[in-house]
Amino acid sequence: MGGIVYRADPPAARRLVTLDALDLIYHVPSGQTHLVSEPVPQILEALVAGPADAAQIVTRLAAAHDFDPTGAEAVIAARLEELEAIGLVWRA
Amino acid sequence: MRHHFSVRIGPVGFRIGSAWPGPIQTLRTLYADYPAPADGIADFTVRLEPGRPWRRFIRPAVEIRGDFTLPDAAPLPLAQGLLAAEMGMNLQMALGQRRYLLLHASAVERDGRALLMTGNSGAGKSTLSALLGERGWRFMGDEFALLDPATGLLHAFPRMVSLKNQAIAAMEAEAPPERFGPLLRDTPKGDIRHLRPSAAAVAAMDAPAAPALILFPRFGFAADERTVAPSEAFVRLTQASTNYVALGEAGFASLSGLVTTVPSFAIDYPDTASAVTQVERLWAEAAP
Repeated sequence: MGGIVYRADPPAARRLVTLDALDLIYHVPSGQTHLVSEPVPQILEALVAGPADAAQIVTRLAAAHDFDPTGAEAVIAARLEELEAIGLVWRA
Repeated sequence: MRHHFSVRIGPVGFRIGSAWPGPIQTLRTLYADYPAPADGIADFTVRLEPGRPWRRFIRPAVEIRGDFTLPDAAPLPLAQGLLAAEMGMNLQMALGQRRYLLLHASAVERDGRALLMTGNSGAGKSTLSALLGERGWRFMGDEFALLDPATGLLHAFPRMVSLKNQAIAAMEAEAPPERFGPLLRDTPKGDIRHLRPSAAAVAAMDAPAAPALILFPRFGFAADERTVAPSEAFVRLTQASTNYVALGEAGFASLSGLVTTVPSFAIDYPDTASAVTQVERLWAEAAP
């Protein structure tokens, strides 16, 4: 059974600046600035290919990055909930 | 208004109107070296008025008004009219400035490059900038630094330095008496005395400078310092900016550009002498 499917604005709606351990995201439609850490920029990047649930995002991330996907789905689902709360993703 | 005075401080023109002559006379003296607003047009207006008509004469109380007002700002006694004018000018800048990213920071310049200092009230950024201004640096401002989103350059806003409490004596030892305003006792901020920036600082106020070092000073602690990561500097500078949100993407681009290109340090200092030593050493090391 699939999880909640999320979508995000296209990359043009964001300005991403990588600082140290953290990244800055300026969200153009809302005018809000967010200070985020991994894997948030990667999740948004994975959603460029289209709406996805946490499991599909893990699959996309595993294809693009070198990491062990064991247990990653729960982490990604939690981050998606946070991203939904700040308006960077929404339910498709 | 019965009495008025116009002045340009850095790129910003002000017109200050007053129901009383006193504050205007003091402003004229303290800002004698400053030009009038460009084309005679002020960016911001400050009005010092009595809350009720009779308050012009009976226990005169100054209310600060202007293009932008705070409804709950308490009136000040007329003897503190100069402070009211200064608070009014700060208020207009804090609420109305849209051309520059406004940083609540002091700044000094050397060799065309700027040192920015920001911190909470009492951290010593104002005193430090005034002191450095007497010790070979060009004073750019003790309250606001103006970052131009178009160029990334810092513009000076060298208004009168507002010295508080023990900083008054410290600076009286540094600068000649004719550069000081009247001593204002028992204001809401304690004792205050204004110091006019040097004539050289005023003459050079139109020259912007490239930011080269950011410091977060803290007065009253054993001498110490640590590197501040760009992300922390970014957060602290957004907190120190009154118009970051209003500037939108331009504000984001200029502030993120600033913290990624300019090193930041937090410094603790027990007294101004060691602060100057720390600043000079960090400047030599981090902004060569």
